[in-house]
Amino acid sequence: MTIDPLAMTCPAPLRGGDTVLLGHGSGGQLMAELLADLVPVLGAEGQDDAATVHMASPDVVISTDAFVVTPRFFPGGDIGSLAVHGTVNDVAMMGARPVAISLAYVIEEGLPMAELREVTASVARAAAAAGVRVVTGDTKVVGRGAADGLYLVTTGIGTPIPGAAVSARHGAPGDAVLISGPIGLHGITILSTREGLGFESEISSDSRPLHRLVAAMVEAAGSSVHVLRDPTRGGLASALNELAAASAVGVRLDEQAVPIPAQVAAACDLLGLDPLHVANEGCLVAFVHEDAAEPVLAAMRALPEGAQACRIGAVVADHPGRVVMRTLLGSTRVVDMLIGEQLPRIC
Amino acid sequence: MCLGVPGKIVEMTGGEPSMGVVDFGGLRREACLAYVPEAAVGDYVIVHVGFAISIVDEQEARRTLAVLRAIPGGLDEISR
Amino acid sequence: MRYLDEYRDPVLARALLEEIHAVATRPWTIMEVCGGQTNTIVRQGIDELLPAGVRMVHGPGCPVCVTPLEIVDRAIAIAVRPNVIFTSYGDMLRVPGSATDLLTVKAAGADVRVVYTPLDAVRLAERHPDREVVFFAVGFETTAPANAMAVLHAAQLGLRNFSVLVSHVLVPPAMTAILDAPGTRVQAFLAAGHVCAIMGWTEYEPLAARYRVPIVVTGFEPLDLLEGILMAVCQLEEGRFEVENQYARAVRRTGNAAAQEAMTKVFHVSDRTWRGIGEIPASGLALAPEYTDFDAVTRFEVGGVTARENPACVAGEILQGTKVPTDCVAYGVICTPRHPLGAPMVSAEGTCAAFHNAGRLTPSEPTP
Repeated sequence: MTIDPLAMTCPAPLRGGDTVLLGHGSGGQLMAELLADLVPVLGAEGQDDAATVHMASPDVVISTDAFVVTPRFFPGGDIGSLAVHGTVNDVAMMGARPVAISLAYVIEEGLPMAELREVTASVARAAAAAGVRVVTGDTKVVGRGAADGLYLVTTGIGTPIPGAAVSARHGAPGDAVLISGPIGLHGITILSTREGLGFESEISSDSRPLHRLVAAMVEAAGSSVHVLRDPTRGGLASALNELAAASAVGVRLDEQAVPIPAQVAAACDLLGLDPLHVANEGCLVAFVHEDAAEPVLAAMRALPEGAQACRIGAVVADHPGRVVMRTLLGSTRVVDMLIGEQLPRIC
Repeated sequence: MCLGVPGKIVEMTGGEPSMGVVDFGGLRREACLAYVPEAAVGDYVIVHVGFAISIVDEQEARRTLAVLRAIPGGLDEISR
Repeated sequence: MRYLDEYRDPVLARALLEEIHAVATRPWTIMEVCGGQTNTIVRQGIDELLPAGVRMVHGPGCPVCVTPLEIVDRAIAIAVRPNVIFTSYGDMLRVPGSATDLLTVKAAGADVRVVYTPLDAVRLAERHPDREVVFFAVGFETTAPANAMAVLHAAQLGLRNFSVLVSHVLVPPAMTAILDAPGTRVQAFLAAGHVCAIMGWTEYEPLAARYRVPIVVTGFEPLDLLEGILMAVCQLEEGRFEVENQYARAVRRTGNAAAQEAMTKVFHVSDRTWRGIGEIPASGLALAPEYTDFDAVTRFEVGGVTARENPACVAGEILQGTKVPTDCVAYGVICTPRHPLGAPMVSAEGTCAAFHNAGRLTPSEPTP
């Protein structure tokens, strides 16, 4: 038998290809090339395994989040901008000013390199716009089928805004319940782009940073801003139920006051969903001392992200842990948390 | 049972079965129009599982609302 | 006009409520047949705003709820086959079978997909000629023409890899069964508007006459329900028992001829078991002989799969309106939307789930 000498040589690794390979996560040369490609876009340093961040206060607010949204690009944003906004907002909901974030990529091999660059550029733009720095990160590549394209994992840190005393536990009977804008836009945007539902609409995700809004609210009312929460997954209903439980208070909503955009209402009618259960990425709900409600609303409305802020209800001492809503007809019903996955229904 | 939502036919795309595009308050989706053969662009139809099952009778709709508005107590409060 | 918001006007609703209070002089028990109507009533708290004696009982009008356990088990048995794409309306995914549900087998690797319309299931079959695409064809008369079209379209395309698991039920036989049930308290019906958009209301006319029971074809928005209730109460007070049409903007007396034609072409009337009620003669639809090639039960040989209902569940009485969820010892305790024991807790439209989601935890007032 003859031996083909060519078949015995090790094939040289592919370089600079169009797709991410397992080798890009190997810690070797391919990975170095990948990082050289991505790190400068983010403006991070990249040489050290961790970053040093100067903080203005001894207390640090910290939050971690993972982003697995499909589709990765949607009207109003993409997984990159969503990761920055989601992280910034989680820190801000503690009454804090976000300072820096870390970013880890979990990449399924085969992801187009162009898509990875596009997401990275989006992260960089969103971070710059929000005034936070991406200071450290990590990249892992997993085998085909072990992940769905691309996941981002972030940690955000920030410093408490002087005078803020915000916590999910600080809700008190008599507080006004405020919302910064219309609900349901993100969730319906994502649903409408999902395969199988086939909707066309002009709505886009409300994904945006809310930390400036929080700063304005705290500036207007200090510790009278009791509770802040961005009602993401599970929607307004789930967020309010969590807050009612954490503060051991009841929440009374007014159905007519809850701002629901016409297209969100239409999509919910069509799919049999409750708009109160639909996810948001660019609005917040606040419990504010009644005396501070009007000044806080005025401060919110002075910013674009709070232009449509309004009062949707009140915190009450009755039925602690429960959220009830005064219906259009003047009756009341309990607003429950979302159970499991939202499934479009026919009946 | 039987979630049915009114929407306006904005386009008839034909085909077999015949299809069209229906606008639901700014949200558009393809719907099968085979069961409303007399429908035209601009008509409101009730859509259930992607099928138009009935053309909304505008006159009846207006009449119903007029009857409701004529209920004593209704009018006073509306004009408020 | 969007034909929706107008029918949610709180001012008109209050006027209608006042009118109902003015007209009702005696206690009356009215059943809304359709789960969509139950949802509006419970979510808007309409029943709590009615005069004390006017009581709404919630009917069997949820196709998810009345789908027998054994058909759910058959669906699961088909869905776990390696080459199958099992398609369904979202409603059926959480319905518990004897041992598991479709969401759980999906998590374990079965290819289960939610479709918004049955035509999307046909499209999947076109796109995946190497796979068997099965559609779970559930529903009342409203949904049957759509599901029939899927079969007609697949036949026209010559698709050999498409089949349907049929679980269709018909409303009038169920209403008859409720009226015949011993101890029934239903004195008037709000008929399901969208069922009537397809079928019209001629089949209700003999029912109203024979049982001397008013039937009002009613829509789904708050004002529709309130007007339907008002019309039913007026008939009861005046001793009339006619079929009236509140939902005139969408329903004509003879219904939708084109839809009925497709439905009778693909399906024929058959006896059917209703979950919680039992077998009702001539109360369901099965594939007509010309279309039995599309029958998933024979294609996947799951006819032998049988199941028995959980005895602790009072779904039968609930679906027939002789009990309300708060009468049930399991309700809210061991039976919740997260862990449904019986069918009416499964779909958001099911009576028990509608009660639970609206936070109805107190027992109902005693029956008059």
